[in-house]
Amino acid sequence: MATLELSGIKKSFGAVEVIHGLDLQVKDGELIVFVGPSGCGKSTMLRMIAGLEKVTEGVISIGGKRVDHLPPALRGIAMVFQSYALYPHKNVRGNLGFALKHAGVPQSEIDERVNTAAEILELAPLMDRKPRELSGGQRQRVAIGRAIVREPDVFLFDEPLSNLDAALRVHMRVEILKLHQRLGSTMVYVTHDQVEAMTLADRIVVFRDGQVEQVGTPLELYRNPVNTFVAGFIGSPAMNFLRADTDGNSVRIGGAHLCELNSSAGELQLGIRPEHLTLNEDGALKGVVSVFEHLGGESFVHVELPDKQTLVAKLDGELSFAPGEQCTLAIKPSQCHVFDMQGRKIVPNTHAMV
Amino acid sequence: MLVRERITSTGIHAVLIAYSLLALFPLALIVINSLKSKKAIFRDPVGLPVGEAFSWKGYASVLTNSDFPLYFGNSLIVTCVSLFLILLFGAMASHALSEYRFPGDTFLGLYLILGIMVPIRLGTVALLQLVVDLNLANTLTALILVYTAQGLPIAIFIFTEFLKSVSREIKDSARIDGLSEYRIFFEVVVPLVRPVIATVAVFSMIPIWNDLWFPLILSPGEETRTVTLGVQQFIGQYTVNWGAVLASLSVAILPVLIMYVIFSKQLIRGITSGAVKG
Ligand SMILES: Nc1ncnc2c1ncn2[C@@H]1O[C@H](COP(=O)(O)OP(=O)(O)OP(=O)(O)O)[C@@H](O)[C@H]1O
Ligand SMILES: [Mg+2]
Repeated sequence: MATLELSGIKKSFGAVEVIHGLDLQVKDGELIVFVGPSGCGKSTMLRMIAGLEKVTEGVISIGGKRVDHLPPALRGIAMVFQSYALYPHKNVRGNLGFALKHAGVPQSEIDERVNTAAEILELAPLMDRKPRELSGGQRQRVAIGRAIVREPDVFLFDEPLSNLDAALRVHMRVEILKLHQRLGSTMVYVTHDQVEAMTLADRIVVFRDGQVEQVGTPLELYRNPVNTFVAGFIGSPAMNFLRADTDGNSVRIGGAHLCELNSSAGELQLGIRPEHLTLNEDGALKGVVSVFEHLGGESFVHVELPDKQTLVAKLDGELSFAPGEQCTLAIKPSQCHVFDMQGRKIVPNTHAMV
Repeated sequence: MLVRERITSTGIHAVLIAYSLLALFPLALIVINSLKSKKAIFRDPVGLPVGEAFSWKGYASVLTNSDFPLYFGNSLIVTCVSLFLILLFGAMASHALSEYRFPGDTFLGLYLILGIMVPIRLGTVALLQLVVDLNLANTLTALILVYTAQGLPIAIFIFTEFLKSVSREIKDSARIDGLSEYRIFFEVVVPLVRPVIATVAVFSMIPIWNDLWFPLILSPGEETRTVTLGVQQFIGQYTVNWGAVLASLSVAILPVLIMYVIFSKQLIRGITSGAVKG
């Protein structure tokens, strides 16, 4: 158990810089999630923390001790990989105990730690099987067990669930959350699944192109995204972005007044979450239904506005629309997010508005 | 539909059986004739060794009247040691080439593989000179060194391709578990590529075991002859002891066969399954 500090981390592969100066403080016992699109440097950052890649510049400290010059085994970390990375020729017990055996831990203690991990992850009946005789979920549990056995200060997970099918992924997500509550260890978890990020994280770090866009609790990011990138990344279905204009105090789309704002006149972008739209005859957003998706408990209505912009609304599952039907939607002014044309948030706190 | 499938499968099998017969015929001829008397060999070369034609004489002269066991031992030593060195150095070099980035790595990789295109026999004269200068003429060491050099390029070529496909994450997780780079190679990578090692072993073994050229030139001495060279003693200027020649050839097939049986199990087995997603 320990804190993790990253300061001024830069990483280049040859002439290409992929991480451009990253600072982050992870508190003791915190579960922090890195999210971002593919290729933005999440795995690279995690591998640098693990010691599998050298940092080009910057300092990594775990528990207040500088570790970026140490080999992986001495950093007090354990890592779980996307492909499980089990040793195929060793059975589950062998896989779990390998690191300890190698570190010269006495056999009695190895047995004890392996058995504890097996009990936590319900692996006891599988101890004598080889990895190829296990299902995907079981393999991933062994991989997590292998990390637990080492009793690390910091757990690192690199998309551990993305090879599993949807149902198992939900199950394992809960398992990881339970594990975090039980062990109370510091964890860094990489994913590009925003649902995983929202449900697991104490804090989320949103990456883009080797840079941190925003750090915050899931709700902070949901309520107060600093730019359109974060706003579009967090939440599902993704936030609608509509072109709007303002005369300085009223934000309008196609002439209809939506909310108020004090700024200079001009064009801007309005972010509206699908779940904040409601069906309302007096609403400001009138349009024609183009696609209607039924999901049982809820439904997604794709509406085309008169100025050809489309937006998605998440509505009640009892409703039904035919394509071509008229539809009028309303939004509370306080739930509008206003961004300038570069995508930066204009008003820091929408809740302060009328 | 079913009939058609059956016809296709019968056709495939017919072709395979025909090919096997073709390939096995010379071998069978050697083994059959090694069990016949000299007269019978010439009277009826394809006849079976039954009745009068049957004779142990060939085997008897091979096993008693000659240094055949010595030659056989030499062949075994040369083949096994060369094979061991080829597999060890080949796999280690390929691991380094596929795992580490260092200045000149591409060049080194090409350089090591270039040997495939250069027939080593072209360098025989220079090799002989070198061997003599090193005082290695008429030693098994000379043969072992030459065969190792001869086998390495193709071994490195095959290994590099396969070692590149070994999951990076397994090696990384071994690194996190605290294994040294050598132990990662021996305890994680080698078990993963056992089938490839078997393939390379079979590939490399046969030309070494069957080679006549280098034993003839580098170590023709009485003490260091290999089987292929030793067989020549039965081929005299005026008479050829065909029974003995064929008998020694039959015996010489055995080790290759045994090794093949051992390795073929590995050849078929895909041990990686289950290590990574799949
Ligand atoms: N060994 C390497 N050599 C050169 N470039 C690399 C290397 N590893 C990663 N990169 C580059 O660094 C960038 C970040 O890669 P990284 O694997 O960290 O992305 P990621 O955020 O984990 O993406 P994903 O979600 O697809 O896993 C990419 O542009 C990638 O091409
Ligand atoms: Mg990644």
